[in-house]
Amino acid sequence: MHQQVLIQVEHLTRYYGQTCAVSDVSFELTKGEVLGFLGLNGAGKSSTMQVITGNLAPSAGRVTVNGIDLLDKPKRAKHEIGYLPERPPIYRELTVDEYLHYCAKLNRIARNHIARAIDTAHERCGLGDVRHRLIGNLSKGYQQRVGIAQAILHTPAVVVLDEPTVGLDPIQIREIRALIRELGEEHGIILSTHILPEVQATCTQVQIINAGQLVFADSIAGLEQRLNVTSLIAGFHAMPNAETLRQVPGVTQAEPLADGKVRLHYADTDPSEALIAQAVASGWRLYELAPERRTLEQIFIELTCSDEPGRDTEAVA
Amino acid sequence: MIFTIAGRELRILFLSPLAWAVLAVVQFIMAYLFLAQIDGYLMLQPRLAAIEGAPGVSDIIVAPLLADAGTVLLLITPLITMRLLSEERRNRTLSLLFSAPVSMTEIILGKYLGVLAFFGILIALLALMPLSLLAGTALDLGKLAAGLTGLALLVTAFAAIGLFMSSLTEQPTVAAVSTFGLLLLLWIIDWAGADATQTSGLFAYLSLLRHYETLLKGLFNSSDVIYYLLIILLFIGLSIRRIDADRLQH
Repeated sequence: MHQQVLIQVEHLTRYYGQTCAVSDVSFELTKGEVLGFLGLNGAGKSSTMQVITGNLAPSAGRVTVNGIDLLDKPKRAKHEIGYLPERPPIYRELTVDEYLHYCAKLNRIARNHIARAIDTAHERCGLGDVRHRLIGNLSKGYQQRVGIAQAILHTPAVVVLDEPTVGLDPIQIREIRALIRELGEEHGIILSTHILPEVQATCTQVQIINAGQLVFADSIAGLEQRLNVTSLIAGFHAMPNAETLRQVPGVTQAEPLADGKVRLHYADTDPSEALIAQAVASGWRLYELAPERRTLEQIFIELTCSDEPGRDTEAVA
Repeated sequence: MIFTIAGRELRILFLSPLAWAVLAVVQFIMAYLFLAQIDGYLMLQPRLAAIEGAPGVSDIIVAPLLADAGTVLLLITPLITMRLLSEERRNRTLSLLFSAPVSMTEIILGKYLGVLAFFGILIALLALMPLSLLAGTALDLGKLAAGLTGLALLVTAFAAIGLFMSSLTEQPTVAAVSTFGLLLLLWIIDWAGADATQTSGLFAYLSLLRHYETLLKGLFNSSDVIYYLLIILLFIGLSIRRIDADRLQH
């Protein structure tokens, strides 16, 4: 395999009593990817992440981290994972440095490398100014950064971040996103969120999980493709009738809209140029022409709110 | 790895005022009891001098002092052990340990050793009181050693039970109350049927107090030591199982 597979999840299933939280989820993550995990509350995002990081035992399925089976050799596999849960696992009584020192030792970083590892984490997460302060006295944003610092401290192959930008202010969110992109160059990153633009801003891969099932999995480029739909919105001051518009080469259907504009559907070729030429020639007084795009929200709602995910489930296989 | 966790545990204990308060209060109460014992001994001394083979300082001062120490520790152990695991569970910090390359056994043993280190300090401070008698008189050091060993074993068993109780719940106070309940029950379990014609052998064997009393007399029976070791192993094993079960079911 030319690309290094960092994490491989096969047919993961997890039950809580009778409730099925995660059902037959499979995916893999290669080096340099940032995988965005989208889903509604209770869709199974956190459960999946807890299983990947060894905090939860799967009811069925297999997780391999860097080729090491998580259940067979948990210690070696966990060495390759950094995890930031929903609530950062911080000890409020310790200072940032004490805490990171403890984490470094827990993750078996060699004694003579600890100081350097902590310095690197400080620098990356912008913690330099608060290193001697008690974690309990820091703001939520800084606590979140301490949590991220803890997750990347031992330079794991995979960093798993569960809703890393929750509760942060816009500036901090931007900084954390930049940090995630930067980290994504060297580590594989799995990130869960329900903020859709965040996925478009930071991730290279998108997965949507609904009711425990993976309903969508594609790269951001593939997602962009999906966002383009084959229609244009046009506005004319001298509106020709729908029949005339349908005569324009490429247009298959013209659908007048309430606000005096018209939606033009087309099949293969984009009729924009032909339409403009025609509009100028016939004096339709075209004042607006825009390709219509679906938003990630629409795809998301389509996938998570319908009972039948439809053809998108096939994309997962 | 165990020592890393133990070190943090001890550190966190001393970062909170609780550990200091417990040390101070225990020291104060024990000092008062110690003085009372000495006072009592001084009153008895003239009469004791007249008796052939009368009990010495070790029997009259040290043994009762250590017996009292056992009772005091029964009261304070739940306070020290209550937050060991319950607080981590409550603050969701256990996931830090779970996702680090550390086994469940290491987590539990680390926490256990951390709290034992605290009790080590406590017992060392207590031991200074009887040892101070050396300045003025001779002591039966063998008896003192047996007594201190007994106290150490007793508190190690207390801590194991406290650790297990802490692993069961998210609420430190619930852990403290249930630890205290179980300890007290094991302390007084041989009272059942005590006034009947024959006491139940099983209940007497289960009693934490009975085994401690023999050690206080200076009798170092392996059966007593084994009793404490069994209690410790049992509750440590249960704690490991309990923590492991966290990953399995919720």
